[in-house]
Amino acid sequence: MNTPLSWIKAYVPELSCEDKEYCDAMTLSGTKVEGSVRFDKNLEKIVVGHIEKIERHPDADKLIICQVNVGAETVQIVTGAQNLKEGDYVPTVLDGGRVAGGHDGGPLPENGIKIKAGKLRGVESAGMMCAIEELGSSHEMYPEAPEDGVYVFRKPVTPGEDAIEALGLHDTVVEYEVTSNRVDCYSILGIAREAAATFRKPFVPPVVEARGNEEDVNQYISVEIKDRDLCTRFCARVCKNIRIAPSPEWMQRRLAACGIRPINNLVDITNYVMMEYGQPMHAYDLKNVAGNKIIVRRAKEGDEFQTLDGQIRKLDSEMLMICDAEKEIGLAGIMGGENSKITDDVQTVLFEAATFNGANIRKSSKRVGLRTEASSIFEKGLDPRNAEAAINRACQLIEELGCGEVVGGIVDVKEPFSELKQIRFEPERINRFLGTNISKEEMLDIFRRLELAYDESTGMITAPSFRQDIACFADIAEEVARFYGYDKIPTTLPTGEATTGKMSFKLRVEEKARDIAEYCGFSQGMCYSFESPKVFDRLLIPADSPLRQTVTIANPLGEDFSIMRTISLNGILTSLALNFNRRNKNVRLYELGNIYIPKSLPVTDYPDERMQFTLGMYGEGDFFTMKGVVEEFLESVGMTKKITYNPNAGKTFLHPGRQALIQYKETVIGYLGEVHPEVTDNYDIDTKVYVAVLDMPEILLFASFDRKYEGIAKYPAVSRDISMVVPKNILVGDIEKIIEQRGGKILEDYQLFDIYEGSQIKSGYKSVAYSITFRAKDRTLEESDVSSAMKKILNGLEGLGIELRA
Amino acid sequence: MKERLEQIKEEAIRQINESEALDRLNDVRVSFLGKKGELTAVLKGMKDVAPEDRPKIGQLVNEARAEIERVLDEAKTNMERKIREARMKAEVIDVTLPAQKNSVGHRHPNTIALEEVERIFIGMGYEVVEGPEVEKDYYNFEALNIPADHPAKDEQDTFYINSDILLRTQTSGVQVHEMERGKLPIRMIAPGRVFRADEVDATHSPSFHQIEGLVIDKNITFADLKGTLAEFAKELFGDDTKVKFRPHHFPFTEPSAEMDVSCFKCGGSGCRFCKGEGWIEILGCGMVHPKVLNMCNIDPEEYTGFAFGVGLERIALLKYEIDDMRLLYENDIRFLKQF
Repeated sequence: MNTPLSWIKAYVPELSCEDKEYCDAMTLSGTKVEGSVRFDKNLEKIVVGHIEKIERHPDADKLIICQVNVGAETVQIVTGAQNLKEGDYVPTVLDGGRVAGGHDGGPLPENGIKIKAGKLRGVESAGMMCAIEELGSSHEMYPEAPEDGVYVFRKPVTPGEDAIEALGLHDTVVEYEVTSNRVDCYSILGIAREAAATFRKPFVPPVVEARGNEEDVNQYISVEIKDRDLCTRFCARVCKNIRIAPSPEWMQRRLAACGIRPINNLVDITNYVMMEYGQPMHAYDLKNVAGNKIIVRRAKEGDEFQTLDGQIRKLDSEMLMICDAEKEIGLAGIMGGENSKITDDVQTVLFEAATFNGANIRKSSKRVGLRTEASSIFEKGLDPRNAEAAINRACQLIEELGCGEVVGGIVDVKEPFSELKQIRFEPERINRFLGTNISKEEMLDIFRRLELAYDESTGMITAPSFRQDIACFADIAEEVARFYGYDKIPTTLPTGEATTGKMSFKLRVEEKARDIAEYCGFSQGMCYSFESPKVFDRLLIPADSPLRQTVTIANPLGEDFSIMRTISLNGILTSLALNFNRRNKNVRLYELGNIYIPKSLPVTDYPDERMQFTLGMYGEGDFFTMKGVVEEFLESVGMTKKITYNPNAGKTFLHPGRQALIQYKETVIGYLGEVHPEVTDNYDIDTKVYVAVLDMPEILLFASFDRKYEGIAKYPAVSRDISMVVPKNILVGDIEKIIEQRGGKILEDYQLFDIYEGSQIKSGYKSVAYSITFRAKDRTLEESDVSSAMKKILNGLEGLGIELRA
Repeated sequence: MKERLEQIKEEAIRQINESEALDRLNDVRVSFLGKKGELTAVLKGMKDVAPEDRPKIGQLVNEARAEIERVLDEAKTNMERKIREARMKAEVIDVTLPAQKNSVGHRHPNTIALEEVERIFIGMGYEVVEGPEVEKDYYNFEALNIPADHPAKDEQDTFYINSDILLRTQTSGVQVHEMERGKLPIRMIAPGRVFRADEVDATHSPSFHQIEGLVIDKNITFADLKGTLAEFAKELFGDDTKVKFRPHHFPFTEPSAEMDVSCFKCGGSGCRFCKGEGWIEILGCGMVHPKVLNMCNIDPEEYTGFAFGVGLERIALLKYEIDDMRLLYENDIRFLKQF
């Protein structure tokens, strides 16, 4: 919402303050100012000049030499403008002055352009006569200005007077961010009312009277609303003997300052009223309204309609149409029809000021793909009471501007207005709620300024109809707070029952995961939750895999962001690929993020959001580096029991011989492995990549931060080394299982210290050596204790087909 | 006898002074003080000394012995010091050679900012909770006083799964889950991922993070909201940080406000960083709307509360002066390493 400050001041005549003070105060009372621009920011020493004499330049065909009376003196100015004649009055910048930009209307330089006296082709020139573009505006906003050439005043002006004043450019345009609850502030009057309340000055809106001739509008038009759920009010008035002409300068200036191009008196009046009252209007050429009848009804599914911009629009049965006795003539609240649009030969005009269902207009505007100034206001949901005032204002302007003759009366079809909202005035509760000590009188003064009526006898406050946002106690408290001043409300800390600050166990485990990953050299990445369904092919996931059952976004940004991920690998692989592609060496990344597993398809309930701790790396390190990180983490969250690895993980995206499920107490808690070379190819990573994925919900079942001191062993340990020749298919994990099962209570630890395959070992076998440590908590071990435990272990190993080496 | 002792002593000291190695010193010790050493031999010859002279000679021998031992020890200490000095001289290293670091990984800047925020609020007695990212329309909108046709629903371009289920556009829904649990008072923050249909660019991402805050208790005031968030701003941006509350509108709070903090680069005088304003918008907040309390079966006559929502990326970008939001989701190690 852009409005010139001068227009606001027209209705708050006593308002006098600097721009900055105005903007700051409005922001602090709740009408947020996004920015403001002074039109005369870079306009200096510009006066009205009267061209007394024009001669040709002796040395340049395209230049002329003008003697210009600038009040105090007559100066000589050379110009290339082609549109000037003796006697013209023009804006003239004097030596040492400044203009906003060039005559071509390009982007305006920050500090404007300084103008100095000088010579043009050898002839002295003491200044410059300005085109409207040089003054920072345009032909569009000043229709009387030539498309190319110096601006020439049409109205009477005096040489030497301030040309910027005469052009109405001593003004500031203020841009507001109006919040969606304050429909009333999408209007000059709404903002002026807030400004008046903010600065405690009287609010003086225009006085509007419903005037008209002796005729009765009902002779001209009748209105029928068929779909009253979508149109709660339709006001119609008629003006005849229309004389199309430019609107007066003051109206053009105000519209231009709002960024609306002046067109002609009729169009300008509807735009002016829309700005002033926040009520969009529409004007029809009555001769094109068949049967002198307006019918408001839903469109027929599949119909087509040509809007006045010439486009053919496809309609559906939820779109509201304005129709005459035979046909559709307007897309309600969005745009009128080509078939009823005003042309210059219009004789009689039908004005419409209606109230449409905001949500319906918003949806229709979206579906038809057309958002107009009018629709963007209607969609906020307007106050039906405003329509009548607005249409009367328009008719008043028609009359005042001599644009036509207003026919008496109004056709006003409406639903009963909803009752004005009443809220109990509870000053103490307001103070309790805000933490303030504001007097009842001060609150009542605020209500008065905002036109909230207070009835002492009932103790009730009545909200005016334009304040649809006020409905309950908290709304009243907000009005008090913002006009008392948010900055004056004290700052305190909540009292009351003490609470314990804490984090959930889940979050603590995740924090530990971050710590350990980082100790191990992994940096934290963040990846998107949604990705492309093509990811499954890239990861070689089989067509029938349940991973392909996804929570799918109905309106994604594109296919690449259309499914909620069911596997976390794509994110980390994409990130590793980016790093690889940028030649970053030895990259280790981890991510903590959810996957989303639907409980059923189609999705009817919350999916299972499973936090995944995903690690990925390339460069230094291998499978066992990754395995080490996994074990460091599990140990750090109290999972100190034996972790087992099942090589039959069945992960299609991992190297078939280098993958394992990670198991804890028989439960699969994740997997790790080397990424399948075909997958790394798919991601354009030309090196080995290792990944591990831990399923945090499973880990939470076992994790614990409880620790118990077990004592430091007092008695000596005894170590035994064994060396074995083992069939190749036996896993080291199988050997360890035997050691654990058979080592008994005195088994303390075992360490693999050598593994070898090669020429000295017979084929199909490998050599494996372990150091096994025994210790008792309560005594020094006897030789017999150790040898009996060793014997059990060795028997077990022999059972696996393992030969002991000497 | 006396002369002999004097001779032995002098000879021993001479030999000590001539010694150039520790083992040579030891040889000297053995040859003079050892069992077969010269001084020992003198003691052995005591039997030829007249009994009345023996104590005197014995004393002389002990004196000579003590003197030799003293000189010997001194020489040994000196020699050891010299040897150590020589060794250290040979061990000089170039301390400017590169360090051998444990290449520790780095936390994501979002997480660093989040942990700071969490620390502040945990210190004030808040519990950190979470809510679902795939959320029901009811929790994301309706229970927050954003009914079906509310324009705010359009403002937040929502990703829908179906008409009832969506990707949450705000963490505010966690407020509702928390209030529905029925345990009062509440002091919570809920950080988490949210989604909006914004195309990726330097200042937008379809997926980002918010931190929701909620306090519900008896007698919670707007002044408490101001005080709490002013404290938070000081903790996060420094003690000199000033705050400014501007009226705003959110459907689920009334009154509502946006909070600006004084620019922590220029201190409020206006700079490129704060676009000359001196203030930086940091969060939205307000008193929990009575309708929201009602919908969660909390009596707004008895309980009041405040809520706030902070954009985590906004904090991270501001605090660490990151100029492009895309960097946060690229995971380039050269970026991450800077945190």
